[in-house]
Amino acid sequence: MTDIAATATVTPTPVAPRGWSLAWRIARRELRGGLKGFRIFLACLALGVMAIAAVGMVRAAIEAGLRDQGSVLLGGDAEMEFTYRFADEGERAYMTRISTGLSEIVDFRSMAVVGDETALTQVKAVDSAYPLVGAVELEPAMPLAEAFARVDGVPGAVMDRVIVDRLGLTVGSRFTLGVQEFHLGAVLLREPDSATQGFTLGPRTMMLTADLANSGLIGPGALFETKYRMLLPPGSDLQALEDATEAAYRDKGVRWSDSRRATPGVERFVDRMGSFLILVGLAGLAVGGVGVSSAVRAYLEGKVSTIATLKTLGAEGRMIFRVYLLQIAVLAGIGVAIGLILGVAVPMLLAPVIAASLPLPVAFAPYPLPLAEAAFYGLVTALLFTLWPLARTRSVRAAALYRGAGREGWAGWPAAFAVLALLALLVGGAVFFSGVPELALGSAAGIAGALLVLAGAAWLLRKGAGWLARSALARGRVALRLALSAVGGPRAEATSVVLSLGLGLSVLAAVGQIDSNLRAAISQDLPERAPSYFFIDIQPDQIEGFLARTEGDPAVSRVDQAPMLRGVVTQINGRPAREVAGEHWVVRGDRGITYAAQPDARTTVTEGAWWPADYVGPPQVSFAAEEAGEIGLKLGDTVTVNVLGRDITATITSFREVDFSSAGMGFVMTLNPSALQGAPHTFISTVYAEPEAEAAILRDLSKAYPNITAIRVKDAIDRVTEALGAIATATAWAAAATLLTGFVVLIGAAAAGERARVYEAAVLKTLGATRARILLSFALRSALMGAAAGVVAIVAGGLAGWAVMTFVMESDFVFEPVSAIAIVAGGVIATLSAGLLFALRPLAARPAQVLRAQD
Amino acid sequence: MGQSVLALKAAMLTLAGNAGPVEILKGIDLDVAEGETLGLIGPSGSGKSSLLMLMGGLERATSGSVRALDADLTAMDEDQLARFRRANMGVVFQSFHLIPTMTALENVAIPLELAGHADAFARAEAELRTVGLGSRMDHYPSQMSGGEQQRVALARAAAPRPAILLADEPTGNLDGVNGQAIMELLFGLRDRYGATLVLVTHAPELAARCDRVVRLADGRIVGEDRTGVAA
Repeated sequence: MTDIAATATVTPTPVAPRGWSLAWRIARRELRGGLKGFRIFLACLALGVMAIAAVGMVRAAIEAGLRDQGSVLLGGDAEMEFTYRFADEGERAYMTRISTGLSEIVDFRSMAVVGDETALTQVKAVDSAYPLVGAVELEPAMPLAEAFARVDGVPGAVMDRVIVDRLGLTVGSRFTLGVQEFHLGAVLLREPDSATQGFTLGPRTMMLTADLANSGLIGPGALFETKYRMLLPPGSDLQALEDATEAAYRDKGVRWSDSRRATPGVERFVDRMGSFLILVGLAGLAVGGVGVSSAVRAYLEGKVSTIATLKTLGAEGRMIFRVYLLQIAVLAGIGVAIGLILGVAVPMLLAPVIAASLPLPVAFAPYPLPLAEAAFYGLVTALLFTLWPLARTRSVRAAALYRGAGREGWAGWPAAFAVLALLALLVGGAVFFSGVPELALGSAAGIAGALLVLAGAAWLLRKGAGWLARSALARGRVALRLALSAVGGPRAEATSVVLSLGLGLSVLAAVGQIDSNLRAAISQDLPERAPSYFFIDIQPDQIEGFLARTEGDPAVSRVDQAPMLRGVVTQINGRPAREVAGEHWVVRGDRGITYAAQPDARTTVTEGAWWPADYVGPPQVSFAAEEAGEIGLKLGDTVTVNVLGRDITATITSFREVDFSSAGMGFVMTLNPSALQGAPHTFISTVYAEPEAEAAILRDLSKAYPNITAIRVKDAIDRVTEALGAIATATAWAAAATLLTGFVVLIGAAAAGERARVYEAAVLKTLGATRARILLSFALRSALMGAAAGVVAIVAGGLAGWAVMTFVMESDFVFEPVSAIAIVAGGVIATLSAGLLFALRPLAARPAQVLRAQD
Repeated sequence: MGQSVLALKAAMLTLAGNAGPVEILKGIDLDVAEGETLGLIGPSGSGKSSLLMLMGGLERATSGSVRALDADLTAMDEDQLARFRRANMGVVFQSFHLIPTMTALENVAIPLELAGHADAFARAEAELRTVGLGSRMDHYPSQMSGGEQQRVALARAAAPRPAILLADEPTGNLDGVNGQAIMELLFGLRDRYGATLVLVTHAPELAARCDRVVRLADGRIVGEDRTGVAA
C-alpha cells in the first residue's frame, strides 16, 4: 500500500539506467576526487600483491628454466641409472638401440689425498662422449680431453675450486684417489648437469672412468652409481620409451628419467619453497587488508553526509552499497594492477642478480599464472576486508544529515555470510594454488588466529589504557595520562596499529624462533650425540683391521659397524611401491639395507619378533616402525627390494625403533643374513671419538685403506646449516615484505590521526601545556602501542615456534630472547618514528588558527 | 483548503542521549492540507527540525502515527521511505547538503536519475535555468557561493515535482539579500507547481508569508496562527 502511494504521483517517463548502471554513473562522479585519500589503500594492496607476484614469478622462472633446459640439466634427453653396478650387455644393447648417442657416468664418494691432507669428494668418472649436451667450463679454459691427458703416464683430473683450495693444489700438482695417482689438469668451474646431483657433501672431482681401473675404488660392493645418458632421435615419444623401459627393466632396479622432468628433486623443492613463501606473502596481504579496511572506513566516514543526502533524495540502501562497492572495486583493481606491474618489474630488473645467485637456469618472463594467483589473492583480500564497512553504508540513515549518526553496528546476516564465503574462497584458493593443503590450511589458521589474538590484545590495550588513565598511577603525570587516554579513547588507531604491526612482527618472531631453535638443534645438540665420522666402502677383508685401529684407541668411545648394501623398494605386497606409498622418501631412490642375525643391544623391537639367530628360510625383514606406520605397513606384509638387479621379496616380521635424528647409523630395513647371502657388500661404520683424536684416526685409516671414504659429521652439519640459513633468509625476506606493509598501515593510521592531534595540541597549548610535554605525550602513546604489538608478536611467534619445533620437527623448543627483544624494540621504534613524523604539524600549528577553523 | 497530505497523531520522538533517553517531541497532533504553506517556528531545541524530519520520514516516530499522502510512514522501512521520498517529497536543508563530487547539474539530476527518468539531465538543466544558474551548470559546490549552492539545492528539491516540499531553515546560512532571493524562489516554485510547503524558520517575515504558522516549545505545539490568504 505504501508503494502504491509512492508511485501514485510520479509521471511515467522513459526508463533510464537503473541498478548497477546508475550506481556506476554515481560512483564515477564520486571518484572524481582522485586517489588522494587512497594512497594507503593502494600502497597496502600493491605491496601485498607485489610480494606474492614476485615470489610466484621467480618460482615460475626457475621452473621454466628447469623445463627449457631439461636436456642440459640431465646431460642428455634421457637417462637410465643403475645402483652398485654397470649396465649388462643386454641393457647396453637396448640403450644403444633407442639412442643416437650414449655416455656412461660413474658417481661415488671418495677421499682425495695429498700427503697427510685428505678431503671428501664426490667423484664423477666419465667417458670421452661426456658431456652429450652443454659444455664443461674449466680454468684455464681448455677442452676436457686435454685436462684428462696423461702427463708422464699419470692421468689427469679436474676438481672443484673448493677442494683445490682445501688441499692446496695448483694445476699440475698431484693427488691420489684410492691407490691411483692423478694430476690436476684444470679447475672445474661449471658442469652443465650439476643440478641433477642434488645435495652432496663433497665437492666434485672428475676424470675418465678408464683411469680408475686401478684405483681399487669401484670394487665389488662399492657404493657407486652408474648413469647412462642418451641422445634420442628427434620426435621420440618420451612417455612411450619410459613405459617400455619400466616394463623391461623395472625388476632390475633401473631408474629412468628424461628431459621432461630432469630434476624432480629440485623442482619439488622450488615448488614447496615457493608455496611456503607465497603463504608468508599472504600474511603480508592480511596486514595490507587491515590497512585497506581502515582506509575504507575512514573514506566512508567522510561520506556519511553524501550517503545521507542520497538517501534523502530517494536512493535505497542497495543503491548506496553498489555505488561504494564499485568505487572500492575500481580502486582495488588499480592497487592490484600496480602490484602486478611491480611484481613483474622487480624480478625482471633483478633477473641478473637472481640468476647469478642460483645454481639453476632461470627464464624470466611475465608468466600469467603467478600473476593471476597474485591478482586473485589481492582482489579477494580487498573485498574481504572492505565488505563489512561497505555493508554498513546501508544502515546510514538520512537523519545523519542533521544529527551526527554513527555507522557502527551490525551490518546484517547477508554481509556476515558474504564475508565468510570470501574467507572460504581465499583459503580454498590458497589450498588450490599451493597444492599443499596442510601448509595452506595451517598458514590460514595461523594468520586468522594471530589476527584474532591481536584484535583481542588491541581491545585489552584500549581497556587497560583507559582504566590506567583514570587510576591513581596517572594522577599528576599529565603526559602519561594524556597518552593513556588517547590509546584507550574511542578512535581506532590502537587497534589498527596493533593489528598491522603485530602481524608482521609475529611472522618475523616465528621465523626467528624456529630458525634459532633449528640451528641449535643441528649445530649444538646434534654433535653431542652424533658420531665424529662415517666411514663407508670398508671392504669385508678390511673390517677386522679397521676395528682393531678404532676400537683399540682409548680416545674412541664407541664404534658401530654394519654390512651395507643399497637397494630400491620396488613392490609392496606385490603392487608397485609408489602406488602404495606415494611419494614417501623410503620408496624414492635407493636405500641402505643391512642384515643381522640378532638385534644389537641398542635395538628396540616394538612389534613382532626377530628371526632365530640361525634362521635359514624365506627372507624376513625388520622395518623401521615410524616409517612403516607412515606407509601403512603391518606385520606379514611383503616388501620387494631390488639389490644389484636381483629382486628379494621379504616378509615383515618385526618393527623396530630407528632414530634418524642423531646422525648415527640407521637402516630402514634389516634382513636376515641368508636373504642377502652372496650379494657383494661393504661395511659402514660410525666412530665416536674425542675431537683431538679425530685427525690421527683419519690419517691412519686413509693410509692403510685408501679406498675407504670418511665423512666428517661436523662438515655435513655445516652444509645442512648453510642450506637451512638460506631458507631462513628467504623466509625473513618474505616476512620483511609483511613488515613493510605493516609500516605503511602504521603511517596511514598516524596520518589519519593527525587532524585530531592538531586539534588536541591546540587545546592543550591553550590550556598551558608546553610543546615538550605534548611531544612526550605523543611519543608515549606511540611507544605504548608499538610495545603492545611487539609483546603480542613475541607470544604469537613463540607459540608458532613451539608448535613447529614440537609437532613438525619433534624436537625441543627453547625460547630465544635476543630476537624477541629486538622485535619489541623494533615495534616501539617503528610506531615511535611514524608517530613523531606526524607530530610535527600538530606541534607547529598556532592554536588560534586551529580553534577558529574548528568553529 | 484541500484534503490532508500530512497527518500526525500523538507523534512522539525519543532519542537515546548520553545521560539517558531524551524526549524531543511529546505528542504532536498536526494536519497539513494539500497546497498549504505551513511555517514551523520556535526557540532553538523546541523540536522544529525534528518535526520536519518526522514528516519527511528522515526520522522515525517512537510512537504515534505519521501519514503522508495517506501512506503510513511509521510502517515503512528505510528503503520504502527512500522510494516514497523520491516520488513525493523534496527536502531543502540549511547547510545545502550538495554532493561535493558532483556538478550543479549532476546534483539536480540525481533524484531524477534515481527515479528512473531518462530525461533527467534535460529536466535538471531546465530547473537550473529557472533558479537563474544556467551559466553555472558545470560548477562544483566548492566553486559556488552559499546563495548559489542553496539555489542548486532548491532546484534539486523541486525538479521531480514533489507533492510536498520540506525546507529546514533554508535561509539560515545566508545573508539578507541572498536569503530574500531564496525565499522568493522557494515560494515561486511552490506557487508554480502547487506543492504543499512546510518551512522551519526563525525569521518572522518568512513565517508571515505562510498560510499557517505553528509555534513549538519544548517538543510540544504551543500555538497556531493563520495568516495570509488562508487565514
